Parts: sequence; C-alpha cells; structure tokens
Amino acid sequence: MMLHNALDRYHDRPSSIHDLDPRVKVVVTLLGIFSVLLLPDGAWGAYFLVWCAVLAVALVARLGVGLVLRRSLVALPFALVAITLVFTLPGRTLFTLQLGAWEISASDAGLVRFSSVLVRSWLSVQMAILLVATTRIPDLLHALRHLHVPALLVTILAFMVRYLAVLLDEVTRLLRARQARSAASAQGKAGGSLLWRARVAGNMTGQLFLRSLERSDRIYNAMVARGFRGQYVTINPHRMRRRDWMALGLAFAALTMIQWLGRTLS
Amino acid sequence: MPIVHEPVARCVDGWGRPAPDTLALEVEDLHFAYPDGHVALRGVSLQVHCGEKVALVGPNGAGKSTLLLHLNGLLNGGQGSVRVMGMPVTTPNLPFIRARVGLVFQNPDDQLFSPTVYEDVAFGPLHMGLPEEEVRRRVVQALTQVGMAHYADRLSYHLSMGEKKRVAIATVLSMHPDILVLDEPSAGLDPRARRGLINLLRTLPITMLASTHDMLMVRELFPRMVIMDEGRIVADGPTAELLEQTELLEAHGLERL
Ligand SMILES: Nc1ncnc2c1ncn2[C@@H]1O[C@H](COP(=O)(O)OP(=O)(O)OP(=O)(O)O)[C@@H](O)[C@H]1O
Ligand SMILES: [Mg+2]
Repeated sequence: MMLHNALDRYHDRPSSIHDLDPRVKVVVTLLGIFSVLLLPDGAWGAYFLVWCAVLAVALVARLGVGLVLRRSLVALPFALVAITLVFTLPGRTLFTLQLGAWEISASDAGLVRFSSVLVRSWLSVQMAILLVATTRIPDLLHALRHLHVPALLVTILAFMVRYLAVLLDEVTRLLRARQARSAASAQGKAGGSLLWRARVAGNMTGQLFLRSLERSDRIYNAMVARGFRGQYVTINPHRMRRRDWMALGLAFAALTMIQWLGRTLS
Repeated sequence: MPIVHEPVARCVDGWGRPAPDTLALEVEDLHFAYPDGHVALRGVSLQVHCGEKVALVGPNGAGKSTLLLHLNGLLNGGQGSVRVMGMPVTTPNLPFIRARVGLVFQNPDDQLFSPTVYEDVAFGPLHMGLPEEEVRRRVVQALTQVGMAHYADRLSYHLSMGEKKRVAIATVLSMHPDILVLDEPSAGLDPRARRGLINLLRTLPITMLASTHDMLMVRELFPRMVIMDEGRIVADGPTAELLEQTELLEAHGLERL
C-alpha cells in the first residue's frame, strides 16, 4: 500500500548511527535542536559548523545528503512566517515598500534576525530528519518511554502511528467507492458537479469519523480482552553499551564547542 | 489425508486445578439488548465440554458475535449467567476469566494495536503481570505455533490479511488460554491461507468455539455444530447429522454442502 510509505520515514541501512541506542539519538537530537536555537543571531560560522556536523552524520548513516536536504524543505513554509521580523525590528533602513496607505520599511537588523531564524529552523529540521531516518518508530517510542515521557503520551503516539495506516486504508476505500460510482454518461462529464462532489466529501468525512469511533471501541475491547487495566506495560529491549556512551560524549562535546564558538565569534 | 494426532486439551478449573469433567463454557438463558434497544440474544443456553471443538453458525445478525463477546465479559448486563471453567463471569473474576478465554476478533486490525508483531504478542502476558523472561519465552512459543516466528520485528500494518490473522491468534495463544473463541476466523482469507489456518486450528490442543459462515471448514474441523438464528439457539448436535437436515439448514439461511 503506497500510502503507508508516507508514514515510514525510516531508511534501513547498516550503519553505526542506525545501531546506536535510540535513547542516545533522541537525547542528542533534542540537545542539538536546543543548542542551535540558543545560538545568537548572525553566528554564521557556528551555523556552518552545525551544518557540517549534520552532513557528517548523514554520511556516516549512509543516508545521502540529497535525501536529508530534500526532506528538510518541508520546514521552509513555516519558517517564512518569520518574515514580519524584517519589517518590525528597528535598525538601518534597507528599502521601503508602499502597501496602499501603509509604508513599511525593511531594516538590516530585521533581515539578519529573519535569515538566522530561517537557517536555525532549517538546521533543527534536518536533525529531526536524521533521527527518524535512522530509528524505527517502535524504538523511538521505547526511547521516549525510558526517558520518562508520560506513559499515556507515548501510548497515544503509538496508537497514532499504528492507526494512521488503518485510517489511510479506510480513506482509500471510501475514495475508491466514490470513484467507482462517479462514472460518465454519454452526455455529462465524469465526476459529477462540484456541489455533488462536495456533498460526497462531506458524507465521507462523517463516515470516516463514525468508523474511527466504532473502531476505537473495538480496539479498546481487544485490549481489555487481553488484560489491559489502564496501565500500559512494555518490555525493555535497550541497553547502553560503550559506544553509546562514547557517541553521547562526543555529541555533547561538539555541541558545547559550537555553542562556545558561536558566542565568541559573533 | 495424513493422519493427524489430535492433542488432548488441558482441563483445569477456574482456579488452575485439574478438573477433567468441568464444563469449559456454561451459558444459561442469556438475554441481551444493545443500548439502542435492539434485542440480540433471547435466551441462549449452551454447554461446551473441555476439549470440544464447536462451530457456531447462523445468518448475519443472528447474534453470534454478541454471544462470543459475553464469554469474555466484554458485554454483560442482560439476564442469565455465563460460567467459564466453572467460574461465574462477574466483575471481580474478570482478570482470571480473560486469562482463560482467548478471544480472537473478526477483524485483525482491531486486535493488532501495537507497533510491532512482537509487542502485540507480548501484550497479553505482560498485562497478566508475568516476569520478562516468561513473557519472551511465550512470545517465541506462540509465534512458532502459528508459523510466524521470523515476523517478530515486522510492523503489524505491513502484513497481509492471512499473516495478520495468524498473529492475531498468536496474541491470545501467548496468554495460554484454556478456551479459544474465534469470530469468523476464515473470513477474508485466500484458499492457501484458509488451508493453513484450518491446519493450525486442528493442531491446537485447546477447547474451541468458533463462529463462522464457512461450512466446509465446519465439516472438516468441528465435530459439533450449534445453529443460531434471531438470538436463539435453534439446533445443537453432531455436525455430520445436522448437515443432513436440508430443511433445517435452509430455514436458517445455511447451505447444504
Ligand atoms: N453495537 C451495536 N449496537 C446495536 N445493535 C447491534 C450492535 N452490534 C450488533 N447489533 C445488532 O445485534 C444483532 C446481532 O449482531 P451480531 O453482530 O451478534 O450478529 P452475528 O451473528 O455476529 O452476525 P454476522 O454473521 O454478520 O457477524 C444484529 O441485528 C445487529 O444489528
Ligand atoms: Mg459477527
């Protein structure tokens, strides 16, 4: 089923990064993102170093630089929201725009802040991509659990992952049922009128909601039938080895150094 | 046909003591209406002895699934009583009952809710509070029983229907139930997967009650047959005999083979 592929961001490769304890990867990713967000504006040298580190990890994980870059583009539209910074921060005026009755001017400080926000969010997204491309979802969930993320939250995430696939199947089925019945007659054009299609879409959403509701009921029954009493229990499959500790230490040292460089250089 | 030695079912009472003469299931005058007022069971009585393999047949809407859900205490509140291994199905007894009765739902997508096959099969034993070693042992054992040992790390939603069905059965086998209750086990399977399932069910040394529309499977696998219609049991007897009564079968929407 093709839709499932949209869920699986994991790329199976034999590599030392894939092999690391998922907890290490989660912790390092979170530290990395925080560290990047804490870097001052315009610390271009430090940004570049972070990017080099990201690329290095991608290479060691044999993911290919292209994959990481391509996937990281999803973040750009969100980061563009920060464009207002260019026009709201005080500083030397670069140019002025005339918008009807308003006149807005771009400042140099604003431009630096905006580009920094853009670069930092883009770097953060690349780190997250590295994490999910090298760690299977069940391992990620376990890691979260062992890092003392509340059990309820992890359980909800686990169900989401599991049933997104089922839900997508349901959507495919409904779409197919609609398609099969939107045949063209000799005169009319295929697919029916816009109004008709809108109505069908509305009905389908309702159907999907009802089916999901009933399904959630049945799943809960299946859990209770196997002894579920409100507490989710998992087996612990993870053990920290020497190389896990070493990777953790290395990442920590690199992040500290980049942080220090970013603050002294700018 | 190869000769198959059917293993003998383990017979213990609700407290785990050996009891060869205990009734595995004892349903007495059971009534049930769904919250929307629809009456699904109108006085069902049924006894299943330890080690029996019983088929539950009848037209759509006869109340088969409703009855099966009562055996695990998932539905209750109507008149009548249900006993499992001599133990009444009441709220304080539910944890024991659920370890005894392995209920396999009709749709495996409802049953497989964990990310991986391994975790799904481990779910039951873990929630019975067994130690980790024992859980792992049982998972391997159950997966081997259904021939899915090398699927442990697979993601449930990538499996085919037949594979999902097998894993769904493994998820309850790992709890070492005394009674296996299956809702339409062969529905939606291709001939080969169906054949595999029948062979699997034949070799399991457990008391079995299965609702189904698959009369060929009934004839092959279940020596006893119970016909339900409109919330009542209308016939109960040896499969070979009931399958001869054309009028009876036709009156309840069943096909003679
Ligand atoms: N959740 C529900 N709410 C209301 N009525 C229900 C519910 N589930 C089932 N019913 C009704 O109860 C009756 C018995 O349903 P049940 O699912 O037990 O039938 P069944 O014998 O399993 O049928 P099938 O062979 O189609 O699976 C049906 O008439 C059905 O419409
Ligand atoms: Mg049913």
